[in-house]
Amino acid sequence: MRFPTRFGVALTPSASPPPELLRPARASYIALTVLLAAILNLLALPELITRVKPDFIALILIYWTIFHPDRVSFTIVWTLGLLMDVASGSLFGQHALAYTLMLYLAALFHRRIIMFPMPYQVFHVGTILLLAQLVTLALRSVAGSDFPGPTYFLPSLLGAALWPLVTALLRAPLRQSPEQDAT
Amino acid sequence: MNHSAPQFFKRGPTLHTRFVFFCLASLILIIADGRFHYLEVMRKSVSVALYPLQRLTDIPGWAMQRALGFFVTQAQLRHENEFLRQQNLANSASLQTMGALEGENKHLRALLTLREKLTRKTIPAEIQRLYPDPFTRRAAIDRGLQDGLRPGLAVVDAIGLIGQITRVYPWQSEVTLITDKDQAIPIQVQRSALRGVLFGIGDDGAVELRYMPVSADVQNGDVLVTSGIDGTYPSGLPVAKVTNVERNAAYAFARISCVPLTGVLGAIQVMVVDTDEKPRVNTSSGQSQSAEDSKSLQTPR
Repeated sequence: MRFPTRFGVALTPSASPPPELLRPARASYIALTVLLAAILNLLALPELITRVKPDFIALILIYWTIFHPDRVSFTIVWTLGLLMDVASGSLFGQHALAYTLMLYLAALFHRRIIMFPMPYQVFHVGTILLLAQLVTLALRSVAGSDFPGPTYFLPSLLGAALWPLVTALLRAPLRQSPEQDAT
Repeated sequence: MNHSAPQFFKRGPTLHTRFVFFCLASLILIIADGRFHYLEVMRKSVSVALYPLQRLTDIPGWAMQRALGFFVTQAQLRHENEFLRQQNLANSASLQTMGALEGENKHLRALLTLREKLTRKTIPAEIQRLYPDPFTRRAAIDRGLQDGLRPGLAVVDAIGLIGQITRVYPWQSEVTLITDKDQAIPIQVQRSALRGVLFGIGDDGAVELRYMPVSADVQNGDVLVTSGIDGTYPSGLPVAKVTNVERNAAYAFARISCVPLTGVLGAIQVMVVDTDEKPRVNTSSGQSQSAEDSKSLQTPR
């Protein structure tokens, strides 16, 4: 784990702000966020937006894998991938594979990513999203599709850019209110 | 935050094992679907489960359209009304002659003992969404098995052909647009009656007429209509317009670029054209005809 020192910045845990105390997320809350992400993914939008908007399910899954690795399982993620495959009209199993890869990478590095300040978290999440897209691209190339152009990678970059917002939104309902502390 | 102590007793397979297992499962599905098309039933059942959620997500777009439609100015409406009135006049004029021509055509065909042209049934439909998969050009329409659709039917809008139904679900269908990569349509140049095959190139707003010899009689501005040779697309539907013909003697074929006549992505109200046609392979005459057609396809005059 010599990775943090390579940036030339002291990225020891003390460099990041002290982690807030959050209430543990209930399974129902996680399910609700996934449902909302699914709705955002399926929204019928104009063609231009459809092609560049990030995959919200992927973002949410990465978040829960990093911060609650015990609450996300391969089976759930894989099934969600199959649902997305049918909804987006892609190869059956393509999203399932991409989500499996994201879950694996996020679970592998979750202890490290938690410790990082936001800019490095964004970098890591962006890398995970891009890797999954690259695997999808390789698959589709083998299956006979053309490279759809550089805009293909925009969803990953936008997704990474949205990471701070996503974490803030997902944490907001879990903040402990002072009144509860008093009890 | 969630630093659980290392487990003394490991439960279940490790992360790596599970990852490899689910990767293999996905790959098996991908190969079964992409190469052998085994999973259509599974896809259909998942789509049924997904349908309520999809209907739910259609609401914002629909509400937005309604809201925007409410604020149409009177000038716009008047303008549109005027335009439609003029169009109606032109249409009714051509309809009047059409009736006479139809009767005459029927009579002549009977004289020549030719097969009668097929009657067409049209089913109105609406494009609900474009599939977000960036590798293909497909759309979903709101009619499916319930309305008697089946794969292979042509989909047209007010101007011309926009695609073909490739998958049918209970309440919706998937339309592969003519701009999808390698979507092939047998066409005929309206001016010279030359036959050929039009291919999508996976790019919005561009299609390509391939395998035409350098000397082929194709010019800029030529309109391409379906030839009806394959029995899939009814004949005579306008498809595309030639924009550029590049004849280079170094190559066997001319490079002919075209644009689809319809704004393929802009269409919302569409028609599914059902030809009610049985495949023409049973009769010997039909066979010889299609053989002749394919020959003329390979070596255009």
